[in-house]
Amino acid sequence: MANALIARLEDVSVSFGERTVLRSCSLPIVEGAITCIIGISGAGKTTILRLLDGLLMPTSGHVYVEGHDLCAMNEREINDVRRSISLAFQFAALLDSLTLGENVALPLRENTTMSEREIRLRVHSALDAVGLSHAGDNLPGELSGGMLKRAGFARAVVTQPKLVLYDEPTTGLDPISVHLITNMILRLRQRFGGTAVVTSHDLPSIYEMADYMAMLFEGAIIAYGPSEEVRSSENPIVQQFLAGSDVGPIPI
Amino acid sequence: MNVLERIGERTQAFFEYAGGLAQLGGSTATFIGKLRIRVGDTISQAYLLGYQSLAIVLLTSFCTGAVISLESAMQAVQYGFASYVGTAVAYASGRELGPLLTGIVVAGRAGSAITAEIGSMVVTEQIEALRSMGIEVARYLVVPRVLALMVMLPMLTIFADVISIVGGMWFAHMYAHIGFADFINSARIGITMDDLLKGLLKTVVFAVIIALVGAFQGLRTRGGAAGVGKATTGAVVISMILIFVANFVLSFLLYGANG
Repeated sequence: MANALIARLEDVSVSFGERTVLRSCSLPIVEGAITCIIGISGAGKTTILRLLDGLLMPTSGHVYVEGHDLCAMNEREINDVRRSISLAFQFAALLDSLTLGENVALPLRENTTMSEREIRLRVHSALDAVGLSHAGDNLPGELSGGMLKRAGFARAVVTQPKLVLYDEPTTGLDPISVHLITNMILRLRQRFGGTAVVTSHDLPSIYEMADYMAMLFEGAIIAYGPSEEVRSSENPIVQQFLAGSDVGPIPI
Repeated sequence: MNVLERIGERTQAFFEYAGGLAQLGGSTATFIGKLRIRVGDTISQAYLLGYQSLAIVLLTSFCTGAVISLESAMQAVQYGFASYVGTAVAYASGRELGPLLTGIVVAGRAGSAITAEIGSMVVTEQIEALRSMGIEVARYLVVPRVLALMVMLPMLTIFADVISIVGGMWFAHMYAHIGFADFINSARIGITMDDLLKGLLKTVVFAVIIALVGAFQGLRTRGGAAGVGKATTGAVVISMILIFVANFVLSFLLYGANG
């Protein structure tokens, strides 16, 4: 039996003026799984996350989330779909005028009818899950890069969305923090459930997390499948990327 | 690129800008109309944009009143029209200079602050994050700023009018020896409550211009720190131009060609 899909890109192309970022990409996102999107910098990984979150409309093709075609919806309708999606930004993108606790509480305060007491409990639980329960009163400017990323994760999972999109969660972190963040993403999925899509360059972390992998190269998805299948792909581009070699078809 | 192409591009850019600004204004008006207002944010913006502009507005107004007095008092005394100095100061301040200068000062201080804050939020992806959480940016950021200025700008103008008259009175007394009571009596003749209210009405329009242009410029920010600087400069320049144009149109409509 085929796995159920929570989202999918169907023949999607994205261009900004003369520059084409994605070309005819189709990508299924399997429900309940972690799909990792890999590729060199500028390959279009973040663009795929922005498409799935409805922040960007494709030049052509369709983006489906929970059966809804985002391309056929207006901003207000997309907002309704976004209630079940969260995007953890690469640099956290916390509102710098709010404390950490207020940042995490924001989607609950704005989009739900929860009482303040329920919100406080949820926020505490989310901050606790990322090891920041002590820092709820701090402003984002007072936190380190790693703490900001974790706070961004807390905001992303606090609404218990069906689909969490992580943009480069381990980029720019030391190896210990990378390990912590990788385990955190796995733990958060266990604790809050749902599906995750992760973009990353960090191969050990991807191998640990990924149920499915997709490789982007020059705007096209050149490999997709269960993690083991992609890792054993004979495609020379995939092999060069996974080997981290400067010899091969990927132009340096 | 030939001249016609350039004119075409500029025209297209102008209409895109005007359309975007009108769209933001429409969304903001809709949220206000539906009373979807964040009261706490509106109050804090009133403090930041309005109350914190008070000192600079008072200083500017005092100097303006004093200058009008300087230009008119000595000559008026010399030619026997001393009793009209208060009239001149009150008339100019209440109808035109009070509202206009307060609008300009607040455009420079608060309008630039709005653009810089929202522009910084754009370049650090905070606006994307709001959209990503399904939060309407116009309601969250623009409505509180528009409402705060719509309330605070008329209040600042009342202070500006009063202080301008005080400045004029002080200067007239110091250099032309016009008594305070004479000056005040003269000022009462110069301006009516109707004039003052029309002046305040103009400032409500200026407030909408300052907040909307400031927010729109902020939301259009591209690039990093340089982009924020460019957007902020643009916001102040565009706001000031629109305030002068609106002031002319409103003065014509409210006071008529014959005053």
